[in-house]
Amino acid sequence: MYTRILGFAAVAVCLAMPASAAIALGDAAGSYAISPANSSIRFSIGKVGGGGLDGAFGRFKGSIRIDNSDVARSQVNFTIFPESVGTGQGRIDAFLRSDAVFDAANSPEIQFRSTSVTRTSDTTALVSGRLTARGKTFPEKFTAELGDLKAGTIKFHVTGKVLRSRYGMDVGTPIYSNIVDFDMTLTGKRG
Amino acid sequence: MQISITNSTTRYGWGAIILHWLIALIFIGQFGLGFIMVRLTSQRTAFELIQLHKSFGFLLLGLIILRIAWRLGNAAPALPRSVGILERRAAPLAHLGLYAFQLALPLSGWALVSVSMLEIPSLPFNLFLMPNLPLAESDAAESFWASAHWYLAYAGMALVVLHVAAALRHHFQLRDGVLTRMITPSSEDSAE
Repeated sequence: MYTRILGFAAVAVCLAMPASAAIALGDAAGSYAISPANSSIRFSIGKVGGGGLDGAFGRFKGSIRIDNSDVARSQVNFTIFPESVGTGQGRIDAFLRSDAVFDAANSPEIQFRSTSVTRTSDTTALVSGRLTARGKTFPEKFTAELGDLKAGTIKFHVTGKVLRSRYGMDVGTPIYSNIVDFDMTLTGKRG
Repeated sequence: MQISITNSTTRYGWGAIILHWLIALIFIGQFGLGFIMVRLTSQRTAFELIQLHKSFGFLLLGLIILRIAWRLGNAAPALPRSVGILERRAAPLAHLGLYAFQLALPLSGWALVSVSMLEIPSLPFNLFLMPNLPLAESDAAESFWASAHWYLAYAGMALVVLHVAAALRHHFQLRDGVLTRMITPSSEDSAE
């Protein structure tokens, strides 16, 4: 019985976390380097008839800077190395790395540089920025949700949709959707 | 002139003639496309040509089913009297063989895409979703059906070459109406 009460207490603390995290966001001010070991960048492309192509990038780097006085001046930058794409199927990975999609040999980096951050709730923000892939740059928006805030560590859950046709990666449409759903967990460690 | 859609005992009608040449054209095109698409360096072009090959394959399958139904529901024109007893016996077998290959080739291609671990849906001509055959996916099954499709394609092409050679022999050596009756239904009675 005692352990059950403890369990409830733990759940209650967890539920209360976002609110307390929001209050503490001011304390989070500073610069963070994205820690790949505790982060992931996953994507999913729907396909006709249901299901989809799911994958992740194994190698990326980036930084998060939270401005104390003005959240809008916070910044999120990240660089993905498309060579590290993984879908669990070697032939699909080779296809994605080839000039059919990423052309990783000639365009080894996909970059995102935020231009503005708009706070949308206590724990969420809309991050606007410029995404560059295969030499093409377009404005994109991602939703960031503050997940966890501990001493020296900040964790965001970032989601967003990107139209791949803009970046010369429209191969396979309409069998595979033009929309790439990104689902990232970015953990920053204060640097 | 009366438009002859169906066959009679002396000639093929437009139905059989159009199906024959349409399937011939698509089959030869598919063979060429299949040959090229697996030898390209551009993965993008290869992907697109493979989808095109699948589209034409499903079209071919539909046309062949229609053709077999047409063949079963129509009279077959008789062979010229000059055709010997051995060839008379062999002709239906040769036709059966040709029909079997026409059916087996697109079916083996359909099996191949159905068992592939790549799980690429089939969207013929971007028009509709073609479901997969109920076969288990595996790398082993994929390589089996890929080989089967490859061998059937080459064997089928060999049969086509024989078929063409036989038709040319009928026309130029035997000088009967076997080739011309597959060009228009208005040709003279070839059963003479």
